[in-house]
Amino acid sequence: MLDQVLSSLSDGIVLGFVYGLAAMGLSLIWGVMTVINLAHGPVIALGMFGTYLFFTQAGMNPYLAILLVAVLGLLFGFVMYGVAVHRVLNAPHLSTLLATFAINMILIGIGTAVFSTSPHNVDFSMGSLDAGPITIPLTRLIAALGAVLVTVFLYSFLYFTRPGKAIRAVANNREAAELMGIPSAAVLALSFGLGTMLAAVAGGLIATFFPFTILSGGPYELKSFVICVLGGLGNPLGALLGGLILGGLEGLVPAFMPVSWVPVVEFGLFVLVLVVRPTGLFGAK
Amino acid sequence: MRKTRLWLLVALAILSLILAGTSMAQKEKKAAAPAAKAAAKNVVIGFTASQTGKFNVEATRQIHGLSLWMDQVNAAGGVKLPDGSAVKFTAKFYDDESKKERVQELYTKLINEDKADFLISPYSSGLADASAVIAQQYKRIMITCGAASDSTYKKGYTLVYQTYTPASRYLNGALDLLSKMDPKAKTIAIVHEKDKFSTDVVNALKTYAESKGYKVALFEGYEPGTTDFAPFINKIPAGVDAIMGGGHFADTSTFAKQLYEKGFKTKMVALLVAPPEDKFAELGDAAYGIIGPSQWEPQVKYGPEGAKAMGIEYFGISVADFTKEYTAKFKEPPTYHSAGGYVAGLLLEKAIATAGSTDTEKVKAALDKMDIMTFYGRIKFDTEKSHGLQIGHDMVDIQWQRDEKKNLVKQVVWPEAAATAKPVFYHAK
Amino acid sequence: MKTRLRFGYLLPLAIILVWGVWVLLKGEDTLRETTFTVFMFIGMASSLNILLGYTGYVSFGHIVFFGLGGYFGFYLVSQHNLALIPASLAGGALSGALAGLLGLAVLRLRGAYFALATIGINEAARAFVSNFGPFGGATGLFVQFSAYEAYGGAGPALWTTFIYLWLVTLVVLLASSLVKSSRFGLGLMAIREDEDAAMVMGVKAPRAKTIAFMISAFFPGMIGTLYFFKNGNVEPGDAFQLHMSIEALVMIMLGGMGTVFGPMLGAVTYQGLRGYLLTSPIFKSLHLAVSGVFLLVIILFIPAGVVGWIRHRIPLTRKLLE
Repeated sequence: MLDQVLSSLSDGIVLGFVYGLAAMGLSLIWGVMTVINLAHGPVIALGMFGTYLFFTQAGMNPYLAILLVAVLGLLFGFVMYGVAVHRVLNAPHLSTLLATFAINMILIGIGTAVFSTSPHNVDFSMGSLDAGPITIPLTRLIAALGAVLVTVFLYSFLYFTRPGKAIRAVANNREAAELMGIPSAAVLALSFGLGTMLAAVAGGLIATFFPFTILSGGPYELKSFVICVLGGLGNPLGALLGGLILGGLEGLVPAFMPVSWVPVVEFGLFVLVLVVRPTGLFGAK
Repeated sequence: MRKTRLWLLVALAILSLILAGTSMAQKEKKAAAPAAKAAAKNVVIGFTASQTGKFNVEATRQIHGLSLWMDQVNAAGGVKLPDGSAVKFTAKFYDDESKKERVQELYTKLINEDKADFLISPYSSGLADASAVIAQQYKRIMITCGAASDSTYKKGYTLVYQTYTPASRYLNGALDLLSKMDPKAKTIAIVHEKDKFSTDVVNALKTYAESKGYKVALFEGYEPGTTDFAPFINKIPAGVDAIMGGGHFADTSTFAKQLYEKGFKTKMVALLVAPPEDKFAELGDAAYGIIGPSQWEPQVKYGPEGAKAMGIEYFGISVADFTKEYTAKFKEPPTYHSAGGYVAGLLLEKAIATAGSTDTEKVKAALDKMDIMTFYGRIKFDTEKSHGLQIGHDMVDIQWQRDEKKNLVKQVVWPEAAATAKPVFYHAK
Repeated sequence: MKTRLRFGYLLPLAIILVWGVWVLLKGEDTLRETTFTVFMFIGMASSLNILLGYTGYVSFGHIVFFGLGGYFGFYLVSQHNLALIPASLAGGALSGALAGLLGLAVLRLRGAYFALATIGINEAARAFVSNFGPFGGATGLFVQFSAYEAYGGAGPALWTTFIYLWLVTLVVLLASSLVKSSRFGLGLMAIREDEDAAMVMGVKAPRAKTIAFMISAFFPGMIGTLYFFKNGNVEPGDAFQLHMSIEALVMIMLGGMGTVFGPMLGAVTYQGLRGYLLTSPIFKSLHLAVSGVFLLVIILFIPAGVVGWIRHRIPLTRKLLE
């Protein structure tokens, strides 16, 4: 029993880092412009396919491929922001929700036509790490490490660079930031780009250990919602913690009840936190 | 008040104009249809295909199989009827997006507008179930393929016929194999997808296993679309003799991969749907030793001799020709989904030939009496309580093994009569 | 308070009335099936509009009420041989009651938080039903083919179901009109514009929102029962498809939110478009992407929807379209 809980928990938490990374992008975009990006899932899936294509077509090391995917994700975010989000930024929530959902439909539609919905694999294995009852594939450990690295990178960017500080300023108060001479449109585009970049990177990391289809982003998008709410919407570091909590939960719950009850617990908790503490478990007030 | 009435009248007038216009348009369409029909004795086969959505791979193969049959039968001049005329076939189909939402609407359209004479089911038990209602309501014969659930045939339909071995017999063969390989085996763990088909399979398996004295140490279901199986693998008690279950391709291959990565030790792993696919070999080492039930494999040995021994007729293409022509046409070897699609057409062909007519009642009578051997195996239907349930066809079990060059190859390991290789124990690392 | 239904309110009712009569007169099965789908979505979109259009609360969870209510109604039909009308009313009642309970909790949330909560509720409900024994768990429920005998065989049963659905659709539109033209509806719209100000002006916002939520949830429960009965079976995956909720939102957006006519127009247009794309040889494989582009263009350039746009451009129509 203890062995089971131990191995289950460690699996969950390692995965939780990647969940957290996926959610971070969503949280960042919300924090800066109060937009819920419903195209988050397909972007994660595109990250998976990007890594897959570089790996299979160019024979690239998957982790090198993820770096390229990150750059592409950033650019893609700019385009997406310019096309779909900028115009409706000040409209009611429904508009941004549906605009990003339209992008979701377009990506899934084109993705299905190009890749079909059959599963793809990045056939890349690095063996496993054994420690007593715990066996963790190395690809997952590296992914968790990658998630931490990206978080560090994101925070140094936000706190120690000019554009990063501009993003924080705009998130804080867009009008005031504009008055201070910060080009808010460019900053918003940058933060949207960063958000999609995080999603794409998370997708790339997931692709190294899970098979995927063009529809695979969906479950991570849903998990990202849960995580963002647990960690406080708009708080990227909270998202990482939220991811760990969710991962831990996914590891712990099965020890006590059938695994299929996990989503009931997960989403039940999600609604509960929303109702009781909408700012998240680590929210300010 | 008067103003209101005026507007109402105007609106009604406009509306009726629109309606008149559309009904005219429909009439024109109708006028065109019989003309085309008179030119040749043409039978329309209607179906929906999951060209998009989660079933797209399997459904595409099924349609490939069906279209190969149709090309061949038409090229051979169609089915000759006693009155000297020949029946040729055309296909009419729509995309159902792998979703149940529009299946019934599309089948109604196929029957009423496209004048489909016979129907083939969509891929998957859920979709086939929704379409079967429509087939029965409009009195059209439907051959289901890619739909193994038993429950569809327990609803009192009389015109729905199954090509696949039903779900309730899917994994039983693997259990028989286990008892043959290791008579001392006692416990199994079942982890399955929570959808109609897989749940039907494992419920039957559980009953069968318990009746054989096995202990089912774990019985858990996972949501469709699951990618992380660690919680399940962690729950499987150490020392179980076999792990069985799975669901559809994506989840099952993931499950196999993660079992291997976790280094789980057991004697047998038998999973649904995914192992017979050639793509499964992409898992590499993780595929080694995995067993999977298959409706059909290119290595099967069904032929006229076997049919003779059983005292039934052999009908249609040979296994070798089917494999050769399918591969030539679609640039990939056929899987059991392809064979299912082909045989669905073949059954209709045979039934129409026997009945000497395309009349629904006569073809139904021919199907009810049918007991034949084909490249796909034996075909015979239940005509009593579960009308249309497949009772003739048997599954084979395949296993991924290594040949001399250490390449992964798929071997038939069960039943013994059809085996191309000896089964090996599953062992990770 | 006298609620006078003006022409603008009668128009959608009249259209559905005539449409249904026309389908019945023609008696064509294909037409009935297509109309069934369209009516179903008119009902879904119009009932969602009572919450979304009038109070401005964006719900992705509309399908929960369709799924749970429908499941319950279908359970009564298939396991307890209840007749279709009482069963669908029971399904609706369950949905309404559930909305009342949920509403007390989640309607306190505003904007995107509410939207997120509804997504969570949908997922939780689906996972719950697929584990819930009485509802058949993962394999769901089905009716025996012979169950249709009570309605004079399978063919007539489909017509009967269609007529029920037609009536439900009419009632939805009527309810939408009544709400919009009533004092209660004014309160809701005040909430939409500024909830705090509305409360200051004496609108009992929590109660009003909850009632609107309940009304909007009642109808999907009924429609779900009818739809599953027509299908002959139900599985958790089909009953709780998030995308159907979103499609209903798209329809409202397309036609014009907050209007009675808009959601109906949106549902008809959207279904027509999708039906065309699905069956056209050119767009078959790209239909999802094409619908996406179409939606994006609407959001970006005509956010008030077709009805809103017409009302804005042609003042004469303001009295005619509500």
